[in-house]
Amino acid sequence: MSELQNTKIAVRHLDFYYGSNKSLKDINLEMPEKQVTAFIGPSGCGKSTLLRVFNRMYSLYPGQRATGEVLLDGENILSPSMDVNMLRAKIGMVFQKPTPFPMSIYDNIAFGIKLYEKLRKVEMDERVEEALRQAALWDEVKDKLKTSGLGLSGGQQQRLCIARAVAVKPEVILLDEPTSALDPIATLKIEELVSELRNQFTILIVTHNMQQAARVSDYTAFMYIGEMVEFGQTNQLFTNPAKKQTEDYITGRYG
Amino acid sequence: MDKDQHISQRFNDDLNEVHELVLAMGGVVEEQISNAIRALQTGDNDLAREVVARDHEVNGYEVRIEEECINILAMRQPAASDLRLVMTLIKSIADLERMGDKASKIADMVLAMGHGTRNSNPAFMRDVGVMADYALNMLRRAMDALARADAEQAIAIAKGDEVLNQEYRSALRRLITYMMEDPRTITPAIDALFIAKAIERIGDHARNICEYVIYLAKGKNVRHLPLDQVEQSLQGK
Repeated sequence: MSELQNTKIAVRHLDFYYGSNKSLKDINLEMPEKQVTAFIGPSGCGKSTLLRVFNRMYSLYPGQRATGEVLLDGENILSPSMDVNMLRAKIGMVFQKPTPFPMSIYDNIAFGIKLYEKLRKVEMDERVEEALRQAALWDEVKDKLKTSGLGLSGGQQQRLCIARAVAVKPEVILLDEPTSALDPIATLKIEELVSELRNQFTILIVTHNMQQAARVSDYTAFMYIGEMVEFGQTNQLFTNPAKKQTEDYITGRYG
Repeated sequence: MDKDQHISQRFNDDLNEVHELVLAMGGVVEEQISNAIRALQTGDNDLAREVVARDHEVNGYEVRIEEECINILAMRQPAASDLRLVMTLIKSIADLERMGDKASKIADMVLAMGHGTRNSNPAFMRDVGVMADYALNMLRRAMDALARADAEQAIAIAKGDEVLNQEYRSALRRLITYMMEDPRTITPAIDALFIAKAIERIGDHARNICEYVIYLAKGKNVRHLPLDQVEQSLQGK
């Protein structure tokens, strides 16, 4: 990793349990600021679990716990004293299936902002427009902001969710297989969006599509059965991986 | 580096097929060079004509292999060692094709020289024979290293290229001496010089292939680096 990049999130000796089942084993990782880090690996390797640790989503479920440290700008987010609501304002998330709220496009964006800030109508209008522009959706929806978000196409809905995530000005955006429900063109639009957003946010993306990881990320982490097998610059990992397990996976040799 | 362990059997087949085509192309080029030199040494014009006629076969291999590689890139999006293999093959065939051109060029010269001036001094061609044997051996071993993705052998062969370069320089000095002593030797000496240069270039192309093999096996691009440095950096991995 280049010396010039700041570490945004550092993971130290992270273990994660679903009940008594240990599903992440001693994960150590440093993710640089304002870069895209992709997590790849076969189903069940723990990549989505890891992503959900970063916004403490697991704490919604009893029996799930994480030990070790996850440092966001040096502050341990696993600490019980962490304000989870503030954490989730700093770390936004977008899921596999688009999840617009059953309300207008405008309100979908304004909803999250209202939780954290009190804005006048004009200011709110500006924030909504800014978020929709950042998500490359503005031109498509500017004339129908009052119509339901559910009326948009799948790709547009997903960009609406990204707009909703960026509207609260987070520092980190988590994307959990954001394009697996989308067609190839909508997928490319999301990928293009990710490259545009990477100057402003630290982006972590879980994907089953290795070419997608190769296309959008600066760093790639390969995980296998709960372990971090290899983490490195994406171009390096895809042309000359250091570990045989990584090589076997990305070249399609997994039996 | 095992091409036979992909989940997709067709991918295994595609990679194996294109790899074997490159090795076959290497075999044809080797034969072309060896025949061109034999034609030169024996004055066998028929053999020289055969070499010239067969050059299109080498070119045909190049076109076909390139197509296969493009198909693999487009349809399989290979990564890691698979990607390095495809790149290595694409690059190797360009060098093989150039070597084939050199063989054809030598055969052309045999045909052009076939009228009296040739062999006016057998000593000229003795240098050429030694160099040709050496270059052919480099090519043969380079193809062997490519077949087995053997970086150690590739380095050894690449290092040997310097021997050939030295042979060429001393042949050059000898030929210049002949020319200065007796201007009547200028034409045959220049012929010999062109041929020696062609053989020296064949060695360079073999060395290039060895460098691609190092990239294939180790993932490090060692083009244009001193070989000692390459060897040291490879020991790190």
